[in-house]
Amino acid sequence: MELFVNQVLAGVATGAIYACMALAVVMIYQAIDHLNFAQGEMAMFSTFISWQLMQWGVPYWGSFVLTVGFSFVAGIAIERLLFKPLAKAPILTNVAGFIALYAIINSVAGLIWDFTIKQYPTPFGSSPFLGSQLISTHQAGMIGLTILMLVLLFFFFRFTRVGLAMRAAASLPESARLVGINTSWMIALGWGMAAAIGSVAGMMIAPVVFLEPNMMLGVLIYGFAAAVLGGLTSPFGAVVGGFLVGVFENLVGTYIPGVGNELKLPIALALIITVLVVKPAGLFGRPIIKRV
Amino acid sequence: MSAAEEVVTEGQAVEAVPKRAMTLGYGTSLVVLVALIITPLLVKNFIIFQMTMLLIYGLAVLALNILTGGSGQFSLGQSAFYAVGAYTSAILMEHANMNYALTLPIAGIICFGFGYLFGKPALRLSGVYLALATFALATAMPQLLKLGFFEHWTGGVQGLVVTKPDAPFGLPMSQDMWLYYFTLVITIGIYLASVNLLRSRSGRAFMAIRDNEIAASAMGVDVALYKTLAFGVSAGITGVAGGLGAIAVQFVAPDGYTITLAISLFLGMVVGGVGWLPGSIVGSAFIIFVPNIAEGISKGLSGAVFGVLLFLVIFLVPHGARQVAIVATQLFGKLKKN
Repeated sequence: MELFVNQVLAGVATGAIYACMALAVVMIYQAIDHLNFAQGEMAMFSTFISWQLMQWGVPYWGSFVLTVGFSFVAGIAIERLLFKPLAKAPILTNVAGFIALYAIINSVAGLIWDFTIKQYPTPFGSSPFLGSQLISTHQAGMIGLTILMLVLLFFFFRFTRVGLAMRAAASLPESARLVGINTSWMIALGWGMAAAIGSVAGMMIAPVVFLEPNMMLGVLIYGFAAAVLGGLTSPFGAVVGGFLVGVFENLVGTYIPGVGNELKLPIALALIITVLVVKPAGLFGRPIIKRV
Repeated sequence: MSAAEEVVTEGQAVEAVPKRAMTLGYGTSLVVLVALIITPLLVKNFIIFQMTMLLIYGLAVLALNILTGGSGQFSLGQSAFYAVGAYTSAILMEHANMNYALTLPIAGIICFGFGYLFGKPALRLSGVYLALATFALATAMPQLLKLGFFEHWTGGVQGLVVTKPDAPFGLPMSQDMWLYYFTLVITIGIYLASVNLLRSRSGRAFMAIRDNEIAASAMGVDVALYKTLAFGVSAGITGVAGGLGAIAVQFVAPDGYTITLAISLFLGMVVGGVGWLPGSIVGSAFIIFVPNIAEGISKGLSGAVFGVLLFLVIFLVPHGARQVAIVATQLFGKLKKN
């Protein structure tokens, strides 16, 4: 029993990483109906910016705020420059665009900061949390921050005019335009917010996986798995999905013999496929009905 | 959020390509064929090897083109089928001492089965979800190949070394050149078969599904059957390409078949023009040579140069090489008139 509780706790701790990333994935999916394959790289780049700011002597929270602001603006800029012209293009072209963006960001980050692994500080300290060896104060802080972001997002979408406009633009663009919503800018705003959330995710994840240009690859795949499990249309579902994937991965690794570390990834991926086949809208997503 | 269900009209995943626009005219085909036959006689062995790889990746891109351009389904998982084909050939050659030429049809059949079975669950998915599921398959494949359980056959992380075949009947050519012509014959065979497939009843069914699934089923097309069949055919051809790839490179290892390969093949298709079969070879040239060119322009920034080139292609020629070819034909036609 104790082993079980410990493994669940450890799973929740890693799950927090996936939940953070999944939140950003869902955010952009809400805005543009595409999965952004470059999301992880955008988050990585933001994290490097904050690291650079700290190297220049800016205190942690100062650089945190600056980075989130920078990411927001950069997200909007990327949308305006590169993806707005592709809005009407087939999905295929968009996917190719994301891959191109991925290659560019990864390579530029590698050139500026090179591929050596860097330590990244945590604002929460890394001592054991409430005397538990499995979950550190950093991980607890990360979970807290993820939940805080989720609550803020909930309030934003539920109670602000902009949030309402964004939801309208995402679900029925034509009608939204008719009532005077600038849908094109709502999409840009969605990119900005996704980039900002991604940057928070990056800064929270970096102390755990260490900072380097390829740090996000594995995390992004788990983030996708989490987002699909929870439902791509539900931010709440994405966070729950993140924790579930983390716990599931740990329990399977512990209790099913023969599943070592190397099989953890295929299991997360098998989970994606299973969920997609059994319940395509995810646990909390709305089923989408097509008009014929 | 709200429990209300959304009603959306789904955007088309792939643009419709008319059937006629899918192939080349006889004259142009002949010129390309002659060029492909003569060039190896004039160049060095290393370049012959690269040309062999060009044909092999061309086959793999062609396979993806049948799936995406033909039946309108996505795949970011072609590297998985490629890997299965490569391993099938390698294992049969090294453990069962089978002739390399005989291993290829077996690789094709095994991959056909694998693709057909994968197509079954994929039936329920479309667009971005299918991209994600196949992406998952491609990422998982190297890990599965490394498993200790299969190590006796696959060689685990180490992989397997494959012997390169000599030219038969005492023909006076180098191994590379023999393999090139061998690959060329197979490529032409598969290309012709694919063209015919797309012109046949099945091909029309693929395209009907691509353009409007519901209308297709109303017309009596068995959507589930043809969608899985498209997956199977595509995987089968990719498997043959994988087998040839294993023989040409003389080596198979899990890390040779990562998601990067799947993404390359996908990009090759976009660059070559989705649904334009001859474009496959152009796309294959893009994924083989452009990274080298990018490296030549700037070593540290090769990824960025590659990405920028890709963006240029997307913005300037969104239909890839097909668009270039159409413009070229029109220019040629005008010159003729004058």
